[in-house]
Amino acid sequence: MGATLVEKIFSSRCGKEIEAGDVVMAAVDKAMIHDITGPLAVQKFREMNGNVVFDPARIVMLFDHQVPADSIQAAENQKFMREFALSQGIHNYDLREGVCHQVVLEKGHAAPGEIVVGSDSHTCTYGAAGAFATGIGSTDMGFVLRFGALYFRVPDSIRVEVNGAFAPRVGAKDLILDIAGSIGADGATYQALEFTGETFASMPMPGRMTCANMAIEMGAKAGIVPPDAITWEYLKGRRPDVRPFTLENDEEATYAEWREFDVTDLVPKVAVPHNVDNVVDVEEIAGTHIDQVFIGSCTNGRYEDFAEAAEVLGNRTFSDDVRVILIPASRDEYLKTLRAGLIERFVKAGALVEAPCCGPCMGGAFGLLAPGEVSLSTSNRNFRGRQGSTEAEVYLCSAATAAASAIYGEITDPREVA
Amino acid sequence: MRIWKFGDDIDTDAIIPGRYLTEYDPKKLAEHVFEGTRDDFRAGVQEGDVLVAGRNFGCGSSREHAPLALLGAGVKIVVAESFARIFYRNAVNTGLLPLICPEAGALVEGHEAVVDIAGGSIESDGVCHATEAVPPFMQEIVDAGGLVEYAKNLEEVELCTGSHR
Repeated sequence: MGATLVEKIFSSRCGKEIEAGDVVMAAVDKAMIHDITGPLAVQKFREMNGNVVFDPARIVMLFDHQVPADSIQAAENQKFMREFALSQGIHNYDLREGVCHQVVLEKGHAAPGEIVVGSDSHTCTYGAAGAFATGIGSTDMGFVLRFGALYFRVPDSIRVEVNGAFAPRVGAKDLILDIAGSIGADGATYQALEFTGETFASMPMPGRMTCANMAIEMGAKAGIVPPDAITWEYLKGRRPDVRPFTLENDEEATYAEWREFDVTDLVPKVAVPHNVDNVVDVEEIAGTHIDQVFIGSCTNGRYEDFAEAAEVLGNRTFSDDVRVILIPASRDEYLKTLRAGLIERFVKAGALVEAPCCGPCMGGAFGLLAPGEVSLSTSNRNFRGRQGSTEAEVYLCSAATAAASAIYGEITDPREVA
Repeated sequence: MRIWKFGDDIDTDAIIPGRYLTEYDPKKLAEHVFEGTRDDFRAGVQEGDVLVAGRNFGCGSSREHAPLALLGAGVKIVVAESFARIFYRNAVNTGLLPLICPEAGALVEGHEAVVDIAGGSIESDGVCHATEAVPPFMQEIVDAGGLVEYAKNLEEVELCTGSHR
């Protein structure tokens, strides 16, 4: 028989066999709320006659979308959330730590086999640590805050098997863009992506986070990498309460689809406006003029991304015609990048370095684009208007491609930069 | 009710841009619905009009501001060839009825339509198109008038129940 990772997680939670298609009311291990969708979740919790949250220790609160507050209304929302956290005994990371998805993993709030929900669509990122994690709306979150559980329709899974080793300057972001281009923006609607194969087995945690993060861009409810030695090593010190156990995917499980990719000949990829699945080889659009480069977000704002960008940058400076915005995804990633001396190099090369937050990714706070402008971004969405004007364009790529392009002021193949 | 026709992959940023997410009032959100991507909608939409779209309506963000903005604009029903998962659930939870109709593409902008929710159809230009029912477990939420109403008088929930296909 065999079961998918998602079926195993729900079966374990319910103590009985659960299959894809089943609808279950399941307890959640953790719930994450942030400054944007949090206030409405709290309002809904109260409308549901909620007085006391199900378990304050299992709720993660932080602010990252409009940080520091960029309007009086944003400040009011954050004040409201602070007061709620205080009154309920919820630990609030506030605006100190960084982007929700990075922080949740970094602080050990998601572990293999756990069910985690967050009122943000990229909550699927925690699948990198072997958790079933999914994004929900504020009303669903209000229900979770009250009852500590939610109805889930257990998704079918698409097995995404990836083999081969990456060529230099090609990595996880290029792979997930390639997968998105192949599966399509709604090709995995209401399904889970199970990432397997030798490429994932040897992929460090940051790359796994990048891939799981973008599962939603194919409409998936979750993306999940089976936990292995790399996962358990990452969790050491973060989750002393969790002892390593086996959670493997079965080849004989019933999969909706089985897709195979080989990264041996994979080249740097770019998603062109205005859909995430409009993916092309970087060579096809090399030379495209850009006005802004953003390296950051929950997709690619980690130390490894900045290290890659710094390697491409070398001793050069960024083009004066491009606004380069670098935003570490968390305080920890910021400090790692700072200690390695990279922040100084980026600043000398002409970049703006901002404190950990979502930045231009959601188009809410700063770094917005004027009509006609073009952004090259390491984030996860290039929807029309995502980073400002609806008449602007957003291209998505890896940190290596972003850095190479920032040097020349036009989209550049990072393999061309010696 | 009049039909407002949209294409495939209408994302949540298009429905309500990120810079307005500090707001939660449906009426105020409706002031910016489809801002920059379909400005004539905001100006012309009338209470009870129906939005008809292609595949993957509501893809992207988990922001519930998207269904709220449509509700604030007077839209109570969205008919689409398919919906993105989070949007679909947010719509049911907030009281916006999402109806799946594989033939939505045949419906025409500006024409009159009649939706039969119980019967599962949308009729326009003399042609009747079948719509899929909301899944059984969500029907209870729809019947209650949204998740808040459904949850209001619950004392607790029974875990690992409701398994059915």
